[in-house]
Amino acid sequence: MGKKPKHVGVLALQGDFEAHRAALARAGAEPVLVREAGQFSDLDGLVIPGGESTTMLKLLHYDNLLAPLQEFARRKPVFGTCAGAILLARHVSNPSQESLGMIDIDVERNAYGRQLESRVAVLEPEPSLRERSGPEALEAVFIRAPIIRRTGPHTRVLARYAGDPVLVEEDKHMVATFHPELTADSRVHSLFLSKL
Amino acid sequence: MFQFSSEQFRVKVGLAEMLKGGVIMDVTNADQARIAEDAGATAVMALERVPADIRKEGGVARMASIAKIEEIMHTVSIPVMAKARIGHFMEARILEALGVDYIDESEVLTPADEEHHIDKTGFRVPFVCGARNLGEALRRIAEGAAMIRTKGEAGSGNIVEAVRHIRTIVKEMKRLTVTGQQELVHEAKQLQAPLELVEWVAGHGRLPVPNFSAGGIATPADAALVMQLGAEAVFVGSGIFKSSDPAARATAIVQAAKNYNNPEKLLEASRALADAMPGLDVAKLQESELLQTRGW
Repeated sequence: MGKKPKHVGVLALQGDFEAHRAALARAGAEPVLVREAGQFSDLDGLVIPGGESTTMLKLLHYDNLLAPLQEFARRKPVFGTCAGAILLARHVSNPSQESLGMIDIDVERNAYGRQLESRVAVLEPEPSLRERSGPEALEAVFIRAPIIRRTGPHTRVLARYAGDPVLVEEDKHMVATFHPELTADSRVHSLFLSKL
Repeated sequence: MFQFSSEQFRVKVGLAEMLKGGVIMDVTNADQARIAEDAGATAVMALERVPADIRKEGGVARMASIAKIEEIMHTVSIPVMAKARIGHFMEARILEALGVDYIDESEVLTPADEEHHIDKTGFRVPFVCGARNLGEALRRIAEGAAMIRTKGEAGSGNIVEAVRHIRTIVKEMKRLTVTGQQELVHEAKQLQAPLELVEWVAGHGRLPVPNFSAGGIATPADAALVMQLGAEAVFVGSGIFKSSDPAARATAIVQAAKNYNNPEKLLEASRALADAMPGLDVAKLQESELLQTRGW
């Protein structure tokens, strides 16, 4: 990371965007909440937070943000957590819904079940994550989380839970099915900043 | 000792975090649930009758029928909440067994216990509770609530009570942040709330759980108003399906929750709307007709 702090947008349509803003600040970035298309131009990267993916999709349409977001993601890194991961995926099931297809994965929504299946788990980083973020276990908060059912040939798995990929990257983009913004550990956000 | 760091508390608050900036809508059947989800609701509240009808029809208002809640759970992919009566921990146990995503221990239903709220710490399902002031909010959190909403005056279509309650809670929290440590014991006594929660609020200037607004929101402007005053999301009860244009109004209120800081966008969202639900002058209601005074 250079000396100058990175300008990282957090898509603030709905969801836990404030938690991401705080996590990015802890990791040394200069976060900004993004609500309008005009804000994309001076960002080094973007986080799509957790929340309800169906609500975010509606708001992307209502405010004509879908095309500017897709255009941004072709140029710059995007990190999606939970709902953000669903929006970035190639295909979405349970039920099927529109997505941006910026990363070659298929996800199943609410795949663990309803809220009673939400949990905090401890993940052992895969070697690809360990060499960049250290060997310490990662605490992962899953809230009505999706499961990544397929990864593409160029998708790299950074962490798994119960055998399923839960933190993956492809080219400049990264997605997590859990919520690193809800823990005090800022390694996942730092990893994203290292991609900018 | 309050378990802020317990896995269960974090997971319960976690879902509330995901609902921020959104609109939770009361629905009474699958069709309404579909309209709510299509408009962009972050969650639906499954109930038998909306508060305006409960108010009109009277009688005992209970937990909704299981068939109704299941029908709604099968219809939408967003979280489904349901209401239990204040103190009725067995309605809550049944809702937990059913697998609803959140329980609202609600003053809109007829209270089942006039002294005790549900001990919510013993449940895996998260609870939201209403509050009119900080003391009430902190008592509910002490009992295990993972989300607070203002009570407002449900079914009135009148925002005045929700405004009073959010302003009161915010003002009381601000005051605590400038109160000396040695005075907090006295504050806790006044608030009738546990000292450690009072200390937490004094140190952070906010509630330890998300703080939403409910009770009287009928227009996009109402939603934007309570969010300006500090609410982090809104519940809309009768305001949508008692209006003349539910789908358009639901959409407009979802847009308002995102654009609460942007008057031009609020104008756009409000422009196409027809008549809102008829409202009640809360000041003219008898004390016995108020729902907000239920809960202790």
